[in-house]
Amino acid sequence: MTSLPTPQPNQKKLGLVIDLDTCVGCQACATSCKEWNTQGYSAPLNDSDPYGSDPSGVWLNRVHGYEVKEEGRDDTRVVHFPRSCLHCETPACVTVCPTGASYKRAEDGIVLVNPDTCIGCKLCSWACPYGAREYDYSHGTMKKCTLCIDRIYNTNLEPEDRAPACVKACPTGARHFGDLGDPESDVSKMVKAREGFDLLPEMDYKPVNKYLPPRKRRDAVTSAAIALPKGDGSAMDRLFAWADKFLSGKPSGTIASLEDFSDKLEG
Amino acid sequence: MNPAYSVILFTTASGAGYGLLALLGLVGFNHGPVSSFVFGLVAVVTALGLITIGLLSSTFHLGHPERAWRAFSQWRSSWLSREGVASVLTYVPALLFGATWLDIVHAPTMIGPLGLITAAMCVITVYCTAKIYSTLKTIRAWNHPLVVPVYLAFAVASGGALLTAIATIFGRFQIFQVILTVVALLWLIGLKFFYWRAIDNAARTHTMAAATGLGQGVRQWEVPHTSENYIMKEMGFAVARKHALKLRSAVFILFAITLLALASCILSPWFSFIAAPAILLAAVVERWLFFAEAQHVVSLFYGAEKA
Repeated sequence: MTSLPTPQPNQKKLGLVIDLDTCVGCQACATSCKEWNTQGYSAPLNDSDPYGSDPSGVWLNRVHGYEVKEEGRDDTRVVHFPRSCLHCETPACVTVCPTGASYKRAEDGIVLVNPDTCIGCKLCSWACPYGAREYDYSHGTMKKCTLCIDRIYNTNLEPEDRAPACVKACPTGARHFGDLGDPESDVSKMVKAREGFDLLPEMDYKPVNKYLPPRKRRDAVTSAAIALPKGDGSAMDRLFAWADKFLSGKPSGTIASLEDFSDKLEG
Repeated sequence: MNPAYSVILFTTASGAGYGLLALLGLVGFNHGPVSSFVFGLVAVVTALGLITIGLLSSTFHLGHPERAWRAFSQWRSSWLSREGVASVLTYVPALLFGATWLDIVHAPTMIGPLGLITAAMCVITVYCTAKIYSTLKTIRAWNHPLVVPVYLAFAVASGGALLTAIATIFGRFQIFQVILTVVALLWLIGLKFFYWRAIDNAARTHTMAAATGLGQGVRQWEVPHTSENYIMKEMGFAVARKHALKLRSAVFILFAITLLALASCILSPWFSFIAAPAILLAAVVERWLFFAEAQHVVSLFYGAEKA
């Protein structure tokens, strides 16, 4: 059935919380996702020409990089931005499916594609604003994040491993998994404390996954004035200045190590 | 959006087919049994042939065409499923109407009701096709109230032009066929003009800032792939604006040729042989533009500022 399940009181909403402050863009989540899912529920996640000059393939998780210029600052910062299925509460990707292959689970809200009944019409990928669904040209079906359904309920795994592969792989703890329907869960508290937000909230798909914004920048850490030490005119400084001058063979002029670059760099 | 040729062929061929079939149904409702068996047969076979070619071509872009029957199951929520159901259901009254209209089955009193039911089913099917696109909130150019009327008007105008041409071959040309087609075409030209003006002037309310939550000063720095991925191939296709304007002009020139040819049918009905191909070609170009001009909201994650 591609009609959406009726939400129950205290509806379980399993999902991810992604911390844009700590993500370093290392791609560990994307590669571990590919590694797990190419042999799991969504198998295979096909690639074409993987070792050739024009490789392409199905990925359920992709990491974007954005440059952000905050108001009132001249410099910018880079924010790494992993993007995967948000397991929305009202996903049009499910209701547009003509076969019932695309569905939302009533018990935990996970959005899945049944690989045995998908006809590969691609309409669900058109209906998704987040680009979360990728068509597998070799397999002829649509692939998407399963929230590692074959890990999180897998009793063959140790309890601490029953989490999505991307969450387990993240070296900076930027990805968190839990029940966002439970206000007392760790993920819900984290969203509340850090003012987690929805992507494209005006589309009204009600994504379950939340993103935590990058924290405000602390000037003390990024200031070039601190990054570059200034000379204090001590005997040691003068010795180094002389050594620098001697080794550079400069006839005269300002000594590089004594020059204060901080004002130049800060602008 | 990537203009898939199978989908363009499907919507134009089946649109013309359903338009022709609906008009035949109305002709039967109005006139009773067909006056020339061969004319009736060729007209019905052309209509059903176009519809069938269209439906078959729509399965070509499926990853698993052998599972297409599953698409009849989700009519409660999916317009694509509804279209599938409506298109197959239409064959039932259409074949019964054809049989009675051509007097293969002698039931003159049934021609009228069956003609009306057939015409209604044709309208419902084309309506469902248009609804697949117009209900997608992710594509601003499709999520527009004029999309459905344009699909319906194209079906009637191209069906009317085909009816005039087929009638001409068998000496069954009548001026009402031209008048009907001209009215539908003028209606279509108006709709298309206002549609293009509306999508050009509409505010692009979705922003990269809202998509990423990173504020107004955000821009793409690093792409999430080493070569073009599915999302870019399928949703990233965008025709350059100057080409789009040229092609829009081509559509209006084809509309004008159709209109002129239809008017010239007063001199000789054989001018309908210019009108019919011209309107079909206009439909193909317009449908290609319908895809190529449509910007998907996912482009915001891939560097577009607004959508």
